[in-house]
Amino acid sequence: MSVWEYANPKKFIATTTPVLPWVMGGAAVTLTIGLVWGFFFTPDDYRQGSTVKIFYLHVPAAMMAINIWVMMLVTSLIWLIRRHHVSALAAKAAAPIGIVMTLIALFTGAVWGQPMWGTWWAWDPRLTSFLILFLFYLGYMALWTAIEDDDTAADLTSVLCLVGSVFALLSRYAVNFWNQGLHQGASLSLDAEENVADVFWYPALVCIAGFVLLSVGLVILRTQTEIRLRRARALQARMTG
Amino acid sequence: MSPPPTRVAAATRPSCEGRGVDPARAANRSRAAPGSARAPDRGRPVIALLKRDLALAVRAGGGFGLGLAFFLIVVVLVPFGVGPQAEVLARIAPGILWVAALLSALLSLDRIFALDFEDGALPLLATSPLPLEAVALVKGLAHWITTGLPLTLAAPALGFLLNLDPAAYAFLLVSLAVGTPALSMIGTFGAALTVGLRRGGLLMSLLVLPLYIPTLIFGAEAVRRGADGASAATALVLQGGITLGTVALLPFATAAALRVNLR
Repeated sequence: MSVWEYANPKKFIATTTPVLPWVMGGAAVTLTIGLVWGFFFTPDDYRQGSTVKIFYLHVPAAMMAINIWVMMLVTSLIWLIRRHHVSALAAKAAAPIGIVMTLIALFTGAVWGQPMWGTWWAWDPRLTSFLILFLFYLGYMALWTAIEDDDTAADLTSVLCLVGSVFALLSRYAVNFWNQGLHQGASLSLDAEENVADVFWYPALVCIAGFVLLSVGLVILRTQTEIRLRRARALQARMTG
Repeated sequence: MSPPPTRVAAATRPSCEGRGVDPARAANRSRAAPGSARAPDRGRPVIALLKRDLALAVRAGGGFGLGLAFFLIVVVLVPFGVGPQAEVLARIAPGILWVAALLSALLSLDRIFALDFEDGALPLLATSPLPLEAVALVKGLAHWITTGLPLTLAAPALGFLLNLDPAAYAFLLVSLAVGTPALSMIGTFGAALTVGLRRGGLLMSLLVLPLYIPTLIFGAEAVRRGADGASAATALVLQGGITLGTVALLPFATAAALRVNLR
């Protein structure tokens, strides 16, 4: 019994299908609780007023945007090393979710930045790195769609994901060098001196859990779809050929 | 404690002789390099490939001068777009020169592998005695010599057009000299990714340009700091680090992508 058993597409679908409703249900419950709690049952910030509540969408979406890229990096490595097709398909399935999370973070950031900083967009290091991350997602997805052969596409996108990860990290710190920002520093770190107050912190935790569950559920669902799509294409090829 | 050197030599010698006994291989080797039958000369295929790529780039149809012409046109277009005020142009000159250099390096990327792929030279290169990683490195070097180096040398003349601060010329030259090899190596990787695609050019720009961001940031920042009289050493050192990193590591990614595309 090893964890690689689940790399079998059949076993993967059989295992994840019963889990999926629970993950999605958990996401719905935690997101409802977290967002309702955050939007209606927390006080307004003494300086930011009620705009602080964008926090409950902005921060979890931004975390997921980065974490989904990391997940794609891990699954790409697994594909390159162990050649499990489910792994490559999971990376392919995760990219659109990651790019949507990036867009949510950018959009909520703009909506938040307008009243607070007086601008929708600033070339702040954090904002800029997210825009760069968006471009990396875009290139990754474009490469998947451009290549016809499935294994070639999986190989090339995996290599791109590895190289892109290094350059995304480089860009993240290069933009710090290039411009000082408006964005606040990390305020959810466990080891920091000053963090978000507990009244805002607990609903935020629930929202983060909800976004994690939602992303996991969507990745599972889309991976299953990719597997079935590939099966359907194989069947079609057998019938016509 | 490592074993004494004599034992190592004794252990390795038989295997060397064993390889030498193989008659076909020995004949092959002596035919390839008559002077040095004992050890194959690794440098010769490198030089040969470099000469071939340079000749292909420089001769008719290679598009050697086109990158430079493109660089010139972009720089000439900018004042029409932003207005002729000298102080505005001086302010944006470092960024414009760097972005223009980046774009003209991008334009010539498709000739690195695409033509070799079409006429079947690339599979031959892949089966040559040279490892594919070395082929990628030499291809990147040839691209730099035919694109990055002329751009670096031409940039000060174009800085004149954009009213670049006199203090910044040296920094422009140095930062382009340090940074353009990274552009060539990253571009070689992008070209290898898209070599099998029919309309890979546009996709390649989408893949390659985000990877150029760190190089661009440090390059333009070095020139800007030079123009302001600040210390540009940090930016130049970081850019040098990126260049060395791409030269050391990216050929492996390029070779991996080529192997996939040649499958």
